[in-house]
Amino acid sequence: MIRLLAQRVATGLLTIPAISLVVFAGTEILPGDVVTAVLGQGAANVDVAAIRQQLNLDRPVPERYVTWLFSLASGDLGKSLGSGQSIATMIGERLPYTLRLAGVTALVAVPISVVLGLLAAMRAGSWFDRLTSGATMVFLSGPEFLVGTLLVILFAVNLRWLPAVSFASEPQGFVDHFRSMTLPVLTLTVAVIAPMARMTRSALLTALTSPAIEMAILKGMPRARIVLLHALPIALPPIITVIALNLAYLVTGVVIVEVVFNYPGMAKLLVDAVGTRDIPVVQACAMIFCFAFVALNLTADLLALVANPRRRYPR
Amino acid sequence: MTASADVRPPGNGETIESAPADASAWMAWIGFAIVGVWILVAMFAPAIAPYGVGEIVSRDSFARPGEVGLLGSDYLGRDVLSRLVHGARMTLGLALGAIALAFVIGTLAAFIAALSRPWVDASLSRANEIMLSIPAIMLALVVITALGTSIPVLVCTVGVIEATRVFRIARAGALDVYAMEFVEISIARGENKWWIMWREILPNVMPLLLTDLGTRFNLTILLLASLSFLGLGIQPPSADWGMMVRENLSGINFGAVATLAPAFAIFSLNIALNLIVDWRLAQSNRDISEEMRR
Repeated sequence: MIRLLAQRVATGLLTIPAISLVVFAGTEILPGDVVTAVLGQGAANVDVAAIRQQLNLDRPVPERYVTWLFSLASGDLGKSLGSGQSIATMIGERLPYTLRLAGVTALVAVPISVVLGLLAAMRAGSWFDRLTSGATMVFLSGPEFLVGTLLVILFAVNLRWLPAVSFASEPQGFVDHFRSMTLPVLTLTVAVIAPMARMTRSALLTALTSPAIEMAILKGMPRARIVLLHALPIALPPIITVIALNLAYLVTGVVIVEVVFNYPGMAKLLVDAVGTRDIPVVQACAMIFCFAFVALNLTADLLALVANPRRRYPR
Repeated sequence: MTASADVRPPGNGETIESAPADASAWMAWIGFAIVGVWILVAMFAPAIAPYGVGEIVSRDSFARPGEVGLLGSDYLGRDVLSRLVHGARMTLGLALGAIALAFVIGTLAAFIAALSRPWVDASLSRANEIMLSIPAIMLALVVITALGTSIPVLVCTVGVIEATRVFRIARAGALDVYAMEFVEISIARGENKWWIMWREILPNVMPLLLTDLGTRFNLTILLLASLSFLGLGIQPPSADWGMMVRENLSGINFGAVATLAPAFAIFSLNIALNLIVDWRLAQSNRDISEEMRR
């Protein structure tokens, strides 16, 4: 058991340097001169020389990669090409916003989707079940920016309850924060609830076909008790996996949602940096997002391992 | 690692309920109809669109539908309907290009991995797993930073990203087929590997790949739309639907049709493809259960 867990953690940690190689190669080794990419054609020679020096372009590629990786590992993220600011400071300002967005979404979405899935499974075939199935199918097909724009039109334009753009001015106090975060959180929640609720439902329904459940039904147990006490523990591993995978999906979701709502988080920083081709910022942000993604996927693996008795005690 | 780094929440397309086959067949027809209409619109775009892509037809931005054209005007006063029609061609064209690239690269690499020495297979698979452990949108952002935005870059990037997903499925399928007796016989007959790959394995992996095609197409459209939405797709004045949503985002405050129409167009295409995939899966399940009964 412990060995199995350790193995997973080790492979997970090993993917990080491998990913860094892809990120580095993606930004710096691909054809095309990085400097002309940053400055555009016809840049002054002085600027070209300055950028070349800042990116250490006169050094051979492997050396540059190793230097970059080690300074990354020691927490030195370098300086932005655009503003000259320290990237660590820039990310330090933005990261709390993104973490808050993802965290609140997780707190809202996970309970709602598990309860929805539970209710749908308990009344499989009922109108409630069909309604949730239909609604989740629709939400699975909609891109985030559609859901986001619809929510804005409803709550910000027609009802005028909430601001359309998250931080038009610096938020003052709790109410302001709450108001400006509601729509982004709602959009992300809608995106992740559908797969989680569907998985909860189908895992429970699969569990309900097991012989143990048949026994419980024959004993005359009430259905709610069967679902909650007998089926749920059996269905837990796939549900946990899907929850963790969807939390990992938030890494992708925040990119779109932060742009829709002009939310001042890390993803907005990354997308802006891609636009101005600020390579060091892109590298640093991409690495942090990838790290979060790998960590959440790893958690999904580990939790599935722990939650499944058959895999916990392999024969 | 079970890393699913696509642009959709994981679980999409994997947890299809066993809907009654008749109902899903009926729904699949709706799906085919919607996709068919969009394909026709894309093919005959210049004939259908009342105006050109970049043509400014009104001095008002975000004019209401009816005042200018059927769907009103966008932020520059261009006809929304015309741009939507031209956008269909761009959106479907890019997705088709990326998908074709993904299936060619993914399948070829998968077959090479399956038919080569173990160390080739192992290293290709490891490399692929690493690609899979990076979110698709992050990979795309990184590559686009280095290469800039242009149609070839966009199609190649998305094609290669989706190829890593095709690889996983095609390799598993190829290994299954490779273990069959008829392949053993053709090896014994002295056929060369390319012949086996092309004539024995590919036809037998095809059904698997076709089932994946619908889901893959959907995810490709969403990834392309997301990138366009982020402003990293094609350059104005030509537009695909994702980019149309982005450029008209300021119209959201008046509930402009210009913002909503392209978003709904993407949505209609996705839901149509989902209906078709549901039906395909329900059908293949039924095939299996009928086989079991025999």
